[in-house]
Amino acid sequence: MPTFPENAPAADVIVIGGGLHGCSAALHLARRGARVTVIEKDHVGRHASGVNAGGVRRLGRHLAEVPLAVAAMELWHRIGDLVDDDCGFESHGQVKVAESEAELATLRDRVAALTRLGFTHEELIDRRALKAMVPAIADHCVGAIVCRHDGAANPYRTTLAFKRKAESLGARFIEGTAVRSLARAGANWRVDTSAGAFEAPYVVNCAGAWADRIAATLGEPVPLEPIAPMLMITAPLPPFLEPVIGATRRPLSFKQFGNGTVLIGGGHRGSLDRDANRTGLDFAGLALSARIVWDLFPAMRGAHIVRCWAGIEARMPDDIPVIGPSATGDGVFHAFGFSAHGFALGPIVGAILAELITGGKTNLPIAPFRIDRFAGAKPN
Amino acid sequence: MTDLRETYDVAVIGAGPAGMAAATVCVRAGLATVLFDEQASPGGQIYRAVTTSPVKRGTVLGADYWVGGEVAQEFLASGAHYVPGATVWNLTREREIGISVAGAAHLLRAERVIVATGALERPFPIPGWTLPGVMTAGAGQILLKSAGLVPDGRTVLAGCGPLLWLIAWQYLNAGARIDAILDTGANRAGAWRHAPPFMLSPYLLKGLRLLLAVRRRVPVIANVVDLRAEGHDRVEAVAFRTAGGAEQQLAVDNLFMHQGVVPNVNLAMAAGIEHRWDDGQLCWRPVVDAEGTTAIAGIAIAGDGAGIAGAEAAQAYGLLAGHAAVRALRPGARGLAPEAAVRARLKRTLRGRAFLDAYYRPAEPFRRPARDTLACRCEEVTAGQIIDTVALGCTGPNQMKAFLRCGMGPCQGRLCGLTVTELIAQARGVAPQEVGYYRLRPPVKPITLAELAALPKNEAALRSVAR
Amino acid sequence: MFRRLPDANAAMIAVTIDGRAAQVRAGDTVAAALLSAGILASRAADVSGAPRAPYCMMGVCFECLVTVDGVGNRQGCLVPVAAGMRIETQHGRREAGR
Repeated sequence: MPTFPENAPAADVIVIGGGLHGCSAALHLARRGARVTVIEKDHVGRHASGVNAGGVRRLGRHLAEVPLAVAAMELWHRIGDLVDDDCGFESHGQVKVAESEAELATLRDRVAALTRLGFTHEELIDRRALKAMVPAIADHCVGAIVCRHDGAANPYRTTLAFKRKAESLGARFIEGTAVRSLARAGANWRVDTSAGAFEAPYVVNCAGAWADRIAATLGEPVPLEPIAPMLMITAPLPPFLEPVIGATRRPLSFKQFGNGTVLIGGGHRGSLDRDANRTGLDFAGLALSARIVWDLFPAMRGAHIVRCWAGIEARMPDDIPVIGPSATGDGVFHAFGFSAHGFALGPIVGAILAELITGGKTNLPIAPFRIDRFAGAKPN
Repeated sequence: MTDLRETYDVAVIGAGPAGMAAATVCVRAGLATVLFDEQASPGGQIYRAVTTSPVKRGTVLGADYWVGGEVAQEFLASGAHYVPGATVWNLTREREIGISVAGAAHLLRAERVIVATGALERPFPIPGWTLPGVMTAGAGQILLKSAGLVPDGRTVLAGCGPLLWLIAWQYLNAGARIDAILDTGANRAGAWRHAPPFMLSPYLLKGLRLLLAVRRRVPVIANVVDLRAEGHDRVEAVAFRTAGGAEQQLAVDNLFMHQGVVPNVNLAMAAGIEHRWDDGQLCWRPVVDAEGTTAIAGIAIAGDGAGIAGAEAAQAYGLLAGHAAVRALRPGARGLAPEAAVRARLKRTLRGRAFLDAYYRPAEPFRRPARDTLACRCEEVTAGQIIDTVALGCTGPNQMKAFLRCGMGPCQGRLCGLTVTELIAQARGVAPQEVGYYRLRPPVKPITLAELAALPKNEAALRSVAR
Repeated sequence: MFRRLPDANAAMIAVTIDGRAAQVRAGDTVAAALLSAGILASRAADVSGAPRAPYCMMGVCFECLVTVDGVGNRQGCLVPVAAGMRIETQHGRREAGR
């Protein structure tokens, strides 16, 4: 239980949520000399951050996310310098497959649009080049776009690494502690929790699928939708795939780990109860993912699924996150709603938040992620 | 399985004494009842192959086994829809059940589900326990009951618990050779305070007869504190040490190990049923009431899966759970057996369990093995590797998965889970309850991509697709 | 290893084990049939390649994995033998697609 004199709070910044974005915020703030306290209601990495597919990509992103993803990728390729752990990051490329000429045309248009914006990380490849890069892909696939230096990492290990590095720089993590309320207290914000009250001039809302409640407390409700994307993993198979694979029209995230197991994700959703920390798997939905894998990778047809799971994630209606200052609370900043593709952005989002808090601005374009873009939208 | 329905009144999972009793009660009360079981014939493990056993002489397996034949015949004649060879790989809170039979997966639903998946052998991790030729005593018993096979060559049994003595007795009755029994039981003095109820229980006389018959014919080495299976590609010797004694070695062709049975928790845990650590039985037990009802509406657990109590108790608990299902779906139903007699019999049967639990409590070195011993057989993870993750900040088996593949193999922790919980508890200096267990998810047994892809799709699934 | 009790008669049926013709007892599981045929280690461990053999005979240990009629990683202790069955031990990591 913290003790603090009236006028000198023990922390400069309180971070709500110990997922990857909260831990990344803590790390980048600590690097800039800020005293940080992270309050996590379960344990660090318990939810979406710890159980996602681990994809680290620039490929196929919403255009608003591209500059952040490009900046994040530079950090990923030097992640050991940032957190003293390689996080299991491997870079064998990411591929987005087109199953028809119509799909290939949309991919071609996308590459053109990116080029116009000055981005050249996505490359269109034809059927032959696709077969050379992904020999196991089904013959009906006509081409793809690839990012050769994209990859994947271990989500739980990454989140823990950010936490440990932040702690080594003085950040304090308080787990098993839920935030009850948030209110102004003079020049500070007072955060009431199950383990007592904390005060600081700055607060960062990284509360994931529960972040809308913090936003509502601040008088800026958001239409956040808690979702439970499902994943499956197989028994080990001999190596047959290096890059991470996605499809164009159908949802898929497909990768093979070094130990031979294959991870199948793609966004089919289960059910959830976010107050009970509980997710439910929908096997009829998983059957759809299985069907997509069946169509795209015939060699997988005899594979054994050994485990399925779902994480508790937050989705915004436009499928891009909320990042930036609160519109109603001076000193409060938000980073949530990553809509099932926030893992790769974790390292850079923390840096953005640290820049905003310590310097008042950031060089990366975060206007599309404003919290008040949902004017007129009803909260969930 | 073309005649499998999409919904039933009652689904029973497991054809041991609890499951058979529950299903029989339900179908006789007029409920549409299905029973799924993995084996090809009913009986579970305790009555394994009771309707098909090639062991014809009744005295080999003993009267307690053949009693199961009557239960099985009653069940087979009851009219319940019996689906053998079926693996149940999922059970949801909404009572949706995923099964695989004849290579195809099916989803169905029931108003009430009675989980009667019984028990499995407690893990017995010793150096060399993965060598071919090292098996559980239960495995030996299954080969005897279901295939009429007995070990050939030099054979040693090691461990403790009633089943060890039972299989030894059955093997001797069948004319098999047993060279020695290595008894790992320890700290027996504390058990005697539970003795009085045990003296009145049916176990006492049966147990003594069995023990004396075996001891007359097989050398028993007591107070074994150290065990190792040795060999190159298969077990060739068992090395052991008694308390205060020097190391000895016996050449073997077959080594059977056993230190008790524990609830098979995988399906119940994956369904979200709360379990608590039981320090008397050193295992996880579901939170249930006297009729097996869990906190999840419509789902009950009956038999050894709710706590080890033996075949007779399992049958009684199955009947009580069946009655509860009947009362829920057919209030006012008549014709149910009077429960007072069942409960009285159950009470007598349970007398003496506390003594057995204490007397045969598995010794600490065999629950928390030395560093170099494999704890996770599937992924070949040692006890030392598990303990070392605690120093990295892992507080339980789920965080450990970021660093080790322990528990991520096909057995889903059935052979390592208890060891892992106890190792972490000791390393952290906390109770096993605080450490917890693997977060189990379906499928509780692997299913093929082919089966999954062929599952019927519905509207809700098509709507569940994200961008 | 194991021997059959003399009074445990049953019909014998023809199967193949690793391509070789074999006679097994009807009613046995594949795992029991392999043990009865003197085959102990039926697969290799995933990580180390060390030989592994059935441990529990009741479907919980996953050591008895064999390929039956072309489908790999079947628990032999849960599959009853059938006439004409093709049983293959698994002494190497299973090929994707084989």
